[in-house]
Amino acid sequence: MSLLETVQLEHLPPGYDISLALFRNVKNSAFLHEQLLAGNTEFEYALIDASVLVSRVHALAAVYRAVSDLLGGRLRSRNVHSEIVFSLSPNNNIAESFRRFGITPATTSLLVIKVSLPPSSTTDTSTASPLSSPDIQAHLAANIEGDSLPFTDASIASLTDVARIKKIYKLNSGGGAKKTKGAVNGAGIHGGNEDGNNQDEVHELEVAVLGAMALRGSNN
Amino acid sequence: MEIEPARPIPAPALAPPDLSQVGPPSSPLPLPKIFANDPAPPTLVTQGAEALLYRTTYLLPSIACALKYRPSKPYRHPILDARLTKHRILSEARVLVKCRKEGVPVPAVFALDEKEGWLMIEWIEGEVVRIRLNEWLQRRKEEGEELRARHEAVLKGLMARIGSAIGRMHGVGIVHGDLTTSNLMLRGGSEDLLADDKILEGEVVLIDFGLASQSTADEDRAVDLYVLERAFGSTHPRAEGLFSELLVSYGKSFKGATVVLKKLEDVRMRGRKRSMLG
Ligand SMILES: Nc1ncnc2c1ncn2[C@@H]1O[C@H](COP(=O)(O)OP(=O)(O)O)[C@@H](O)[C@H]1O
Ligand SMILES: [Mg+2]
Repeated sequence: MSLLETVQLEHLPPGYDISLALFRNVKNSAFLHEQLLAGNTEFEYALIDASVLVSRVHALAAVYRAVSDLLGGRLRSRNVHSEIVFSLSPNNNIAESFRRFGITPATTSLLVIKVSLPPSSTTDTSTASPLSSPDIQAHLAANIEGDSLPFTDASIASLTDVARIKKIYKLNSGGGAKKTKGAVNGAGIHGGNEDGNNQDEVHELEVAVLGAMALRGSNN
Repeated sequence: MEIEPARPIPAPALAPPDLSQVGPPSSPLPLPKIFANDPAPPTLVTQGAEALLYRTTYLLPSIACALKYRPSKPYRHPILDARLTKHRILSEARVLVKCRKEGVPVPAVFALDEKEGWLMIEWIEGEVVRIRLNEWLQRRKEEGEELRARHEAVLKGLMARIGSAIGRMHGVGIVHGDLTTSNLMLRGGSEDLLADDKILEGEVVLIDFGLASQSTADEDRAVDLYVLERAFGSTHPRAEGLFSELLVSYGKSFKGATVVLKKLEDVRMRGRKRSMLG
């Protein structure tokens, strides 16, 4: 059984339920990737390579951006799920964002995200049926060969490739988010201050990534 | 300098339910569309000449943020207005992101919508230096001149922390453009709970980069310091004498700082001449 979490994000209208499930040791990424390429409507998910995620907030920020752009009629890619992947990008290159953040046949750590739209919000009947959480859970259990993990900062951190994230977001000037002698002391944006130094570093990395996403494509 | 209330004032309950950005001329406050789906209106914190600042949340109820909204100005040409707003939102966001990435203490950037005219940044739990410092100076006044040396050391400590925060910002190639004690915050505690020796504590955080720019010119840096010096003179005359502490610590904070301090003398001189000419 997969551990599926459902959240609602601030400032979005009611009915936009976000379901998330995290997996490691995924064995059938090639198959899943293939379903996306083929446009199989049973696989309307954002399938994200979890090794390029820093934290829960990182993923939720991309969902928020994508749903906002959907509501504002500003989607740049095919649908809200592909837009989530693109929303992780620090630049406007959509194809590159899919290669960097999306599932590839080589992916082993996977975050699956599904946005359920309220029934009234769509004219496209193929996406008009909001799936219930048990439906999604069953579908994931049947189609993803991998180990389910709770969608927590700790699980994400265990899968993160920090060097790659710094490279993608161009945070390499002497260690991405530089040490800040007491600056930004501790308290993550969730207000917690778990394990001291390392926690600070992860937090600064998260904040740098959020800034890069917010500025997507608007640099210079 | 803006006038700002000390405490958050709730946004009017009659926020326009039709959220077509700016309501009719009679509507009290324009709310950006992002709040259209919220059950309750956001808290208005300050209303400056150019921007409204709201306290709200980012993604989850547990993550507080500040939303800086630049409503469109009906008296400006709509195309010019849209362009100006976009420029200002993006420019402030870019500077904040750069500063934070390089370790300068500023709020993190969470999200923005340059067309709607808002910027969402990390909420700094704390208070602006202007309010903390005035409170502190007021208490000193009330208790007479006792314990002077000990108290002076506390104030000197704050001045030094401000100096090094500004130095760090200049060191990464940013000038602020509007340094006042309302655009510096102290992170932590609520001011009425704070004991005397705590009130000036907390990390100094630089805010309000609406007029900031990328520059490494000594002249621009010196003007930043001069503007703050003048602000201290008019807002906190009793603390002005310790401005030298700020400069000493600034001087040690990055490589080119001593040259800037030299330049500051020129800038002061020019300022004086100008004021003599009236
Ligand atoms: N990130 C923040 N966290 C908490 N309070 C803030 C934050 N940013 C601004 N404020 C408060 O709002 C006021 C106005 O914000 P500011 O960015 O200075 O806008 P303005 O251009 O109107 O001066 C500040 O003086 C401060 O009291
Ligand atoms: Mg200000």
